[in-house]
Amino acid sequence: MINESKAMKWISNLVLGLFSAACLIPFALLIIASFSSEESIVRQGYTFFPEAFSLKAYEYLWQHQLELGRAYGITILITTVGTAVSLAITSMLAYPLSRRDMPLNRFWTFIVFFTMLFNGGLVPTYLVYTQIFDIKNTLFGLLLPGLLMNGFNILLVRTFFLTSIPPALIDAASIDGAGEIKIFYRIILPLSMPIMATIGLFQAIAYWNDWFNGLIYITDTRMFGIQTILTKMVMDIQFLTSNSNAAGVNAGAAIAELPSTSVRMAIAAIGVLPILIAYPFFQKYFVKGITIGAVK
Amino acid sequence: MKQQSLKQGSKKLKYAPLYLLMIPGIVYLLINNYLPMLGIFIAFKNINFTKGIFGSEWIGFQNFKYLFQTSDAYIITRNTILYNAVFIVLGTIFAIAFAILLNEIKKKVLSRFYQSVIVLPHLISFVVVGYLAYAGLSLETGFMNKTVLPLLGIDPISWYTEPKYWPFILTIIHLWKSIGFSCIIFLASIISIDTEYYEAATLDGASKWAQIRSITIPLITPVIVMLTLLGIGRIFYSDFGLFYQVPMNAGFISDTTSVIDTYVYKGLMVSGDMGMASAAGVYQSIVGFILVLGANLLVRRFSKDNALF
Repeated sequence: MINESKAMKWISNLVLGLFSAACLIPFALLIIASFSSEESIVRQGYTFFPEAFSLKAYEYLWQHQLELGRAYGITILITTVGTAVSLAITSMLAYPLSRRDMPLNRFWTFIVFFTMLFNGGLVPTYLVYTQIFDIKNTLFGLLLPGLLMNGFNILLVRTFFLTSIPPALIDAASIDGAGEIKIFYRIILPLSMPIMATIGLFQAIAYWNDWFNGLIYITDTRMFGIQTILTKMVMDIQFLTSNSNAAGVNAGAAIAELPSTSVRMAIAAIGVLPILIAYPFFQKYFVKGITIGAVK
Repeated sequence: MKQQSLKQGSKKLKYAPLYLLMIPGIVYLLINNYLPMLGIFIAFKNINFTKGIFGSEWIGFQNFKYLFQTSDAYIITRNTILYNAVFIVLGTIFAIAFAILLNEIKKKVLSRFYQSVIVLPHLISFVVVGYLAYAGLSLETGFMNKTVLPLLGIDPISWYTEPKYWPFILTIIHLWKSIGFSCIIFLASIISIDTEYYEAATLDGASKWAQIRSITIPLITPVIVMLTLLGIGRIFYSDFGLFYQVPMNAGFISDTTSVIDTYVYKGLMVSGDMGMASAAGVYQSIVGFILVLGANLLVRRFSKDNALF
């Protein structure tokens, strides 16, 4: 008996240890590559033990701090604004839906739920946002389409309100003379921090990682967020260089000297770094959040 | 009579603040979700931008006819369904296995370490995953070609031009990115199993394997069924990032990497063939909808509690 459970522990540690390594090692390769000299990458390929380290890639990023700084600023702005607005409108819609006494409750819940079953597809969505609302090449193009709120989150928050907030509390507050809106933000919201943290994290990660809206709705390089730069650079490493022509740099010479392979990895590295750094702090909430999401 | 209507009036007013709260969210759903649903008629028109969407002429099912006459329709449908089927089966098996193993680790620090690390790939954007894949697979500089294959004495492989490798590459990357997340979901439901079952089984001399087979698996079956059927309901949709960013849009391998989502995107943004793109989109939405309804019907048969609606 004891042997068997010991063996099980060994197997578990072995399998999970290997998989954990597989999850971490690619990031190590990415970061090491960004610190490798261009010549050693060309000769050895991407490797964990480059012949020569170099800060060239980061020097290059530093020279382009204006473009990259702006892209970073846009990503941070969209992430904070998007997350805040998303939390506000999601909870504001979910709370009334959790009030079974509200007239037409079931109808509105269905309106939300139906968006999870059926959608118009990419082409009509694109046409609505570009032809009717004309958000192409505006920050709204990064903020609005698809990401701001979704049926799944609304129903998650609604379920939380339904199961964790006793209706008697609402009645009591109402008898004490508090209006509906006051009840919402003085009583309901403070009691709902766990679900707000969960949804907030999901949303913040969705906005930070979003490259799709950038790809579809943004063509103006001044509007690029960090993920959009990464997306465009896959095809076009000269993007940053051609973008800095205005500064009087000789583009041809600049491209020739461009440490292109390590720069790619350096930009990818600064794209994931905030998540890698922040993750240990919110890991606790995240795993809890998945668990909340799992229990219907 | 009068009193009653007064009462009704005040009741409506009582709920007015709640409706007020709902307005921003409802407006967003109307714009983001419902207006595009109306736009499905685009698939039945010959879109001509000088005439505008409403001025363009109706052409009935012409767009669909063109779509299904090409071999594209077959390829993208086959790829979408096969990839998703493999993802559902392998993803579920691995995630459950890992969750069971993770549950065996009683040291808190270690368990928490594994939990955090295996979720990490889930948090990274597919652009960055595409870069990681490139670092591994690039012809001249990739880790595979420069370090791994020489060790095994194999000649370098031009990954981005060989369609036959991509079903494996995409499956491995999908599993790498998603297992951690679903593993935690299964772990959550395993943890909630009453430990008394296991204590009783241990007293009866049941082996670990027997315990897993006759306690753990049956008790988490509702979660397995539910997640699988959700997956089946979404089998016509694919993770656009996986199929667009990871193959880096390489044309040579499109036979084994293109799915409905990438086809629609290309029709809309690259080739400008809006008619075909929207026909493919409508095909996806409507078959997808039917599949969700069908999957839900199936769940209802198994157990009403797990049904979505």
